Amino acid sequence: MPQHKPPMYTEYHPRWYRPRVSVYWWLGQWRYMKFILRELSSVFVAIVVTMTLLQLRALRNGPEAYARLQHRLQTPAVIALSVISLFFVVFHTFTWFNLTPRAMVIRLRGKRLPDFLVAAPNYVVWVVVSGAVAWLVLR
Amino acid sequence: MADNIILEIARYSPEQDSEPTFQTYEVPFRKEWVVLDALNYVKDKIDGSLTYRWSCRMGICGSCGMMVNGEPKLSCATFLSSYAGDGNKVRVEPLRYFPIVRDLVTELSDFLGKLKKVKPWLIPEHELPLSAGEFLQTPEQLEDYKQFSMCINCTLCYSACPVVGLDPIFVGPAAIALAQRYNKDSRDRGAGERRAVLAHPEGIWGCTFVGECTRVCPKHVDPAGAIQQYKVEAALQWVKELLMPWGQRKSKEGGRAAA
Repeated sequence: MPQHKPPMYTEYHPRWYRPRVSVYWWLGQWRYMKFILRELSSVFVAIVVTMTLLQLRALRNGPEAYARLQHRLQTPAVIALSVISLFFVVFHTFTWFNLTPRAMVIRLRGKRLPDFLVAAPNYVVWVVVSGAVAWLVLR
Repeated sequence: MADNIILEIARYSPEQDSEPTFQTYEVPFRKEWVVLDALNYVKDKIDGSLTYRWSCRMGICGSCGMMVNGEPKLSCATFLSSYAGDGNKVRVEPLRYFPIVRDLVTELSDFLGKLKKVKPWLIPEHELPLSAGEFLQTPEQLEDYKQFSMCINCTLCYSACPVVGLDPIFVGPAAIALAQRYNKDSRDRGAGERRAVLAHPEGIWGCTFVGECTRVCPKHVDPAGAIQQYKVEAALQWVKELLMPWGQRKSKEGGRAAA
């Protein structure tokens, strides 16, 4: 009896090719890379929050504790981390503020407000709060 | 400008190939030609075995979606002239993240199943007889859902969405946008029925807001916007239910809108 090669697909049901998604799917195009960077920026937001909490705890523990922490924060590695964190936190803020108009449809007299007007209040609040904090710290 | 342009087309024959390969064709370059015209030229004059879907040739039917130089595009709305300076080469592949049936033809039953799950049709509170007259809507009520109703099911948004590729059970951009098209319609009362599918980890909460679905949409539907808007609504609904568990009545009023 001649040996028949098994069919490559079920009759009447074509053998579909299912491409696999590479782990590095985001490397090819800048748009996807930007998305990954936006997601990664959350880690740096967490780092900034942790640093702020550590500073507040040191403040509560008195001038000596605060001076010790300040000294530790002035090492080159921590300064480098702070600079990178600042970049990512600003990037995080801009990207999420700019995405607000996608999530919120605000109508005024039946007409949809343009995107920049929906995003603008975020920036106004950001500037006002930053100004208030700067005034409290630097006065 | 060159007289010819090179098409690199993905070919896959389920009877012979274990994976797609690329085949190169040289076609005349005409500035009024779209990618679909070039494919039709190949099929008519060079290689009749080339397989792809198309129908209306005018961006309405949504059947000729393909990856053109790595971007999901309607091949009937993508001019060859856009690529003439780009090495004079156009690479055409089937839409990403879909199983490939043959050459440029993808398998859509998974998408159609997801679409059906979100019940993209009007679900009225009561079926009324035709003699009851028209359902009237104000221009504002129409404006609420009109953008989402422009979807032609071309599935370009699925090919642009990495979540679809990484999590195949994610409902996906077009299906959610179409669900919102009906949720936002003043004639519809089906939002509660759709919620089980939409407000779910594989529904809106699966979306990580990459935003590419909106960018590639040829009809400016903004599926990413539809999903984020539904996230806000679902979160508010959840808070409402938490604070007022006794008041679970439908929020929309009246079956017929008076214009």
